[in-house]
Amino acid sequence: MWLRRRGCLRPAGCGVEELRRRRREREAALRKARREQQLISKRLLRDDAPEEGEGGCVAVILGQAEIQQFLQLAQRGTEEKERERALVSLRRGLQHPETQQTFIWLEGSMRTLVGLLTSNQALLQLEAARCLHELSHSEQSAVAEACLPATSYLLTYLSGHSSDFIELCLYTLGNLIVESEAVRRQLLPQGIVPALAACVQSPHVTVLEALGYALSQLLQAKEAPEKIIPSVSAGSSVLGSTLPQHMLQLLQPGPKLNFGVAVEFAWCLHYITCSQVNNALLITHGALSTLGLLLLDLAGAVQRTEDAGLELLACPVLRCLSNLLTEAAVGAVGEQMQLRDERVVAALFILLQFFLQKQPSLLPEGLWLLNNLTANSPSFCTSLLSLDLIEPLLQLLPVSNVVSVLVLTVLCNVAEKGPAYCQHLWPGPLLCSLLGTLAFSDTEVVGQSLELLQLLFLYRPEAAQAFLQQSGLQALERHEKEAQLQDRVHALQQTALHG
Amino acid sequence: MQLPPAVHARLAGGPGAAEPLPVERSPKAGAAPFRFTARQVRFPREHEFFEDGDVQRHLYLQDVLTQVAGAPERPRVPEFTCQVAGCCQVFDALEDYEHHYHTLHRNVCSFCKRAFPSGHLLDIHILEWHDSLFQILSERQNMYQCLVEGCTEKFKTSKDRKDHLVRRHLYPADFRFDKPKKSISPATPRATVQVSAEALGAEGEQAEGDAMEVCSEPAGERHMAGRRIPPTICFGQGASRGFKSTKKRNKHQ
Repeated sequence: MWLRRRGCLRPAGCGVEELRRRRREREAALRKARREQQLISKRLLRDDAPEEGEGGCVAVILGQAEIQQFLQLAQRGTEEKERERALVSLRRGLQHPETQQTFIWLEGSMRTLVGLLTSNQALLQLEAARCLHELSHSEQSAVAEACLPATSYLLTYLSGHSSDFIELCLYTLGNLIVESEAVRRQLLPQGIVPALAACVQSPHVTVLEALGYALSQLLQAKEAPEKIIPSVSAGSSVLGSTLPQHMLQLLQPGPKLNFGVAVEFAWCLHYITCSQVNNALLITHGALSTLGLLLLDLAGAVQRTEDAGLELLACPVLRCLSNLLTEAAVGAVGEQMQLRDERVVAALFILLQFFLQKQPSLLPEGLWLLNNLTANSPSFCTSLLSLDLIEPLLQLLPVSNVVSVLVLTVLCNVAEKGPAYCQHLWPGPLLCSLLGTLAFSDTEVVGQSLELLQLLFLYRPEAAQAFLQQSGLQALERHEKEAQLQDRVHALQQTALHG
Repeated sequence: MQLPPAVHARLAGGPGAAEPLPVERSPKAGAAPFRFTARQVRFPREHEFFEDGDVQRHLYLQDVLTQVAGAPERPRVPEFTCQVAGCCQVFDALEDYEHHYHTLHRNVCSFCKRAFPSGHLLDIHILEWHDSLFQILSERQNMYQCLVEGCTEKFKTSKDRKDHLVRRHLYPADFRFDKPKKSISPATPRATVQVSAEALGAEGEQAEGDAMEVCSEPAGERHMAGRRIPPTICFGQGASRGFKSTKKRNKHQ
């Protein structure tokens, strides 16, 4: 269940250092793209074996004459194998950006390709689709947009039965979707949402993963919250279709859960929930309980396998839960629908521990969920105490300023519930940790520490005494001049000294 | 980060919520100059809080891209022939056969043997081409349904439906799975009598048998390659589009 379908492969001849360097470069490029809100990634489905004896797959650059020749052979060749081979050669050429450019500017080339795509020769169809797929993957808009004449056919084929072919069409569509709003403005009226919804019933795992990918690209679009997600007109929008129920079914833990599929649909769900269009609808479909159970399952898997890929699924699940919880509080939703199970807290901490080791950048997201769980819930705050989770929480303080602020916020959630809660916070390691955070230079960290101290002193006056004895006043003095902090510092000094 | 064993035990236990300790708040809590209130937080889509996770997600998408040789080669089997009567296609890989079967033999009209890419299109074809009741009913009400799944519009004529497909759904005017039915009635206006010129010898397809038919361009519609066939040129029923060489036409497509 938790095995991934494909292993990650390294290009031949690459040392570990080189790989790390490339990954860092890619990461930097992605960060930059995200800040410019241009985060686009395309998925390429290629199952050619690399050329023997070479460092990797070298795409051949084809000239205009060669392309024409291959197209003509494919169209008019007398022998089937010959026609197929011509298309295979064309496809190999199209792996190269230069060939792609030459192809799209050659008059009639796309029309011929579309003709082959819709021909009655199944294998030619398949190869033509692979050619299109190569084109769809291009980073250059002109190349991808040249594929537009084929989209109505790609969508038609989604209702077919050949799983390999459908998978290919889906990845191609997914690449095109993400290309530009202009492309989506054609795909939406062509009925892409109902076509995708029809695919969700497929029994093939490969089709489902491809579907999830395509859908996630559609939902990531800038205009998605207004034009793609809402149920403005039933059947043509995502929330108006049967997709939400099916998505949740595919996320249910159990023997049928497939990791690759779950990752894609979890991201789909994230793009929907963070758009805040109609999360109440998702809750009525049982999203909170499904995702909660999935979180438990993830924590179990983390305990067993320590697979470094699990955070790819954990991340969107955490985000969905965090955002959905805010809806449940606001709307009038039935008791059963709300997340109450204490095991969620246990699971979350197991995941936090996992993140600390494998992916510390996800700690803030996990702590965000913890905040949303504990903020308005005496029950979850009690769980934190009864499961002895305060100390593990404190162990996260040194990680980063963002993490510290979140940890302190969660602790404030607990402390603000009153004396019965603060009784379990002191005596204990908390005070010592706070004296530590008061030494931080970050204003937000110190500010949150001051808030927590106020609550602690209020509900547990003895803690103030201990604070004084441990040189607390000196720790406070450091911040007396800080504009954002001085009022609170002063108030605390008064409380500590005079009660 | 050390977790107490109780946590693992709790995860393995049954569902349930903790009995909450009594809540008792003082009005002084969070009072000025302090400001804390416990509240849930939402983050919108583009918030920088999501940056790290988003970047990891896209690295994953790109990683899948770099898997090349890992995918196993399709297992080759001893050559075998398609078992469907009249088809002599030969295969040496099962996946190829699967696609061939689904493309050519799965959604086949039992009346005229044409193959369709989906059950949906086949159903519409049978209804419009082989159901005599359909013809009668279509004189009184709109019977031609839109081909796009999810669209419930119906039309009086096949041409109206095509117009709808082009205007509303941005389909190409020469969409190959929308053929108007060949009519042999002399009363039919010329504009609707057409033989699929492209079906004859174009791109290797044959008009008879199980070919997926290609819809030729009705006069006056916008052609993908910019050609216009004047409405007056129509060489009679049953004839192909005359002297215009199909070879030449295909070259410019």
